[in-house]
Amino acid sequence: MTELFQELHNKIENNQRISDAEALALFESNDLLAIGGLAAEANHRKNGDRVYFNVNRHINYTNICVSQCIFCAFSKLEGDDDGYTLALEDIREKAQEAVAAGATEIHSVGGLHPRLPFEFYLDMLRTIKAVSPLLHIKAFTAVEIDYFSRISKTTTLEVIHALQEAGLGSMPGGGAEIFAKEVRDKICPEKISGERWLEVIEQVHNTGLKSNATMLFGHLENYSDRVDHMRRLRELQDRTGGFQSFIPLAFQPDNTRVPGAKGVGGVDALKTLAIGRIYLDNFQHIKAYWVMLGMKIAQTALCFGVNDLDGTVIEEQIGHDAGADSPQEIGKERIINLIRKAGKTPVERDTLYNELRVY
Amino acid sequence: MRGGVCHDIPLTLTLSLMERGKFQGIVIDLTREFIEMFAQIEKKLAAQEPINREEALWLLTEAELLQVGELADGIRQRKHPENRVTFVVDRNVNYSNICESQCKFCAFYRSADADDGYLLDDETIFAKVQELVDSGGTQLLMQGGLHPTLKIDWFENLFRSLSERFPQVQIHSLSPAEVIQIAKLSDLTMEECLLRLQAAGLASVPGGGAEILVDRVRQEISPNKIGWKKWAWVMEEAHKLGMRTTATMMFGSTEKPEDIIEHLFRIREIQERTNGFTAFIPWSFQPDNTELGGESASGIEYLKVLAVSRIVLDNIENIQASWVTQGARMAQVALFFGGNDLGGTMLEENVVAAAGCSFRMSQDDIVELVRGAGFTPARRTTEYQVLQEY
Repeated sequence: MTELFQELHNKIENNQRISDAEALALFESNDLLAIGGLAAEANHRKNGDRVYFNVNRHINYTNICVSQCIFCAFSKLEGDDDGYTLALEDIREKAQEAVAAGATEIHSVGGLHPRLPFEFYLDMLRTIKAVSPLLHIKAFTAVEIDYFSRISKTTTLEVIHALQEAGLGSMPGGGAEIFAKEVRDKICPEKISGERWLEVIEQVHNTGLKSNATMLFGHLENYSDRVDHMRRLRELQDRTGGFQSFIPLAFQPDNTRVPGAKGVGGVDALKTLAIGRIYLDNFQHIKAYWVMLGMKIAQTALCFGVNDLDGTVIEEQIGHDAGADSPQEIGKERIINLIRKAGKTPVERDTLYNELRVY
Repeated sequence: MRGGVCHDIPLTLTLSLMERGKFQGIVIDLTREFIEMFAQIEKKLAAQEPINREEALWLLTEAELLQVGELADGIRQRKHPENRVTFVVDRNVNYSNICESQCKFCAFYRSADADDGYLLDDETIFAKVQELVDSGGTQLLMQGGLHPTLKIDWFENLFRSLSERFPQVQIHSLSPAEVIQIAKLSDLTMEECLLRLQAAGLASVPGGGAEILVDRVRQEISPNKIGWKKWAWVMEEAHKLGMRTTATMMFGSTEKPEDIIEHLFRIREIQERTNGFTAFIPWSFQPDNTELGGESASGIEYLKVLAVSRIVLDNIENIQASWVTQGARMAQVALFFGGNDLGGTMLEENVVAAAGCSFRMSQDDIVELVRGAGFTPARRTTEYQVLQEY
């Protein structure tokens, strides 16, 4: 094992890529601190001591979804008592609140609604933009883009262009889950395939829009599936350079239907973030999404290769429906304080990683 | 920037370069100081020599988390080469929440005339201990407030009954502040009080109420509680009587890093005299519903304090990770920062829960947590004898 770490250390020092086999060996290793050390090294070379966050607000416009993924506690069927769809007026109010709270970004994703027309989503973007043209809208996953092309009977490329014209600024990286077909067929059989997700995102990047990339881990996948997932992201990033950050999402088992799933341990969470940093040499940023990790682990992750703590995230629903016990929002001061306590420099950024203020 | 090696190179890398002789005298002054301090500490630990207060403070405030973790993990591996992580099946029974001390960091206490003040009767306590026995428990952690009227006969009767009914359960109960309170109300010396409690069945004493063993801090957060010397006095007396105890530290309230270090060294100095502590348990102040309020310690602060505890207290065998205050995820990570024990399964816990922190874990959860980190889970007694590996 020591040899592996020495070899990887040399590779990082010389800006060389680590192989799939090496990534797998790291997942199988229990040497958490050595893995963390490598990731910290890799991150330091890319980002120094800077740790990014932004001030944002989530708007989950509907929880009604035709796709019934078993890992999801958020989706409801049409007619369910607790199903909801926000009216444009609600969305406008939330955007106004966001602006009043100093947000620079709206993060908006929702279910695949059976009856809302494509025009609704365009109106939604226009509504938010009308509140403030300065608000960056980071919205929709590749899954939604694919769905919009089907309901509007047009190509994904046209969908992307229309959304962009209506105000879409970039895309979050959701819906990637795990690309491996065998696992994907079990946890989200109705969702688009991994190949399709990558294809849509490639089109998105080719139109000039940036996105993030996620990986949902800790359900039925094994370590090879995680490496496979990251390999496909690394390959796509080589072609497009359109990914901003990699966000491993720790699966939350409460209220979901994944058999035998127990949730992600702290060690696995830190290892996965760290290995993401080491393996994805062509990604500039690794993000710890505190909503699903908890703030203590997210902060600790700053010593394990992570350089982004996401945002203040007002009113998050999806992770909380699955039992995340983190708060629904966090004050900017608290994020700054936690970053400082990690010995790092807090930097407020916009969605595209332009630095707004160094604290 | 002077010289060829700059701050852009992380210390882990700098150190490994240094080990491999690649530096060739181009280290800038600041980095050299840092590296020399770390090397000095590393050398002492390798020779199993104790580090001093200055070095401990440097680790806590200056060194990087992973570096401190590696040092602590090295000591944990040396002390526990069998790669086990232990836990005890236990339950808290808080016999009363009525307390004269009224500490500012506490959300559990009530005054004697409060509507929700309580004192459990014997039957309720027996029923709770029966539940503990039914789930295979071996340790009873009974603690309460500093009750204004309960004298020694109340405790003697209770402990005798418990010992008779539940011989398989170790009474690991009270705390130094309670012992002093009982002695005072009963016109006994502390030594007499402890001896009588022991005779009635008290087998060991948990290390609660230590908070921070620096009286300036105690004045701020718990002005009515015994000072640090009395805490130490009770513990040393318990050790003399052959009772093992643990020691705790509650950090993250108003103390400074120097106070944390002082606390650790005071514990270490007691241990040098008595060797009676089985374990050290640092946990962080939980602010909700307390007079003190504020924020809880961050994850990194907890891990650093835990690791420095492991390094300073090399004369104490076990360091407990606190899932009750940190949650399961952090407790698992803590096993790489010096922790080798997860404390109890805590069938019931009220004090921390009152302060807005209510993590729950079953025995299966704990076993799973330990395995997930690559260790062998083992159930133990209060005195750290292994009962069963999983």
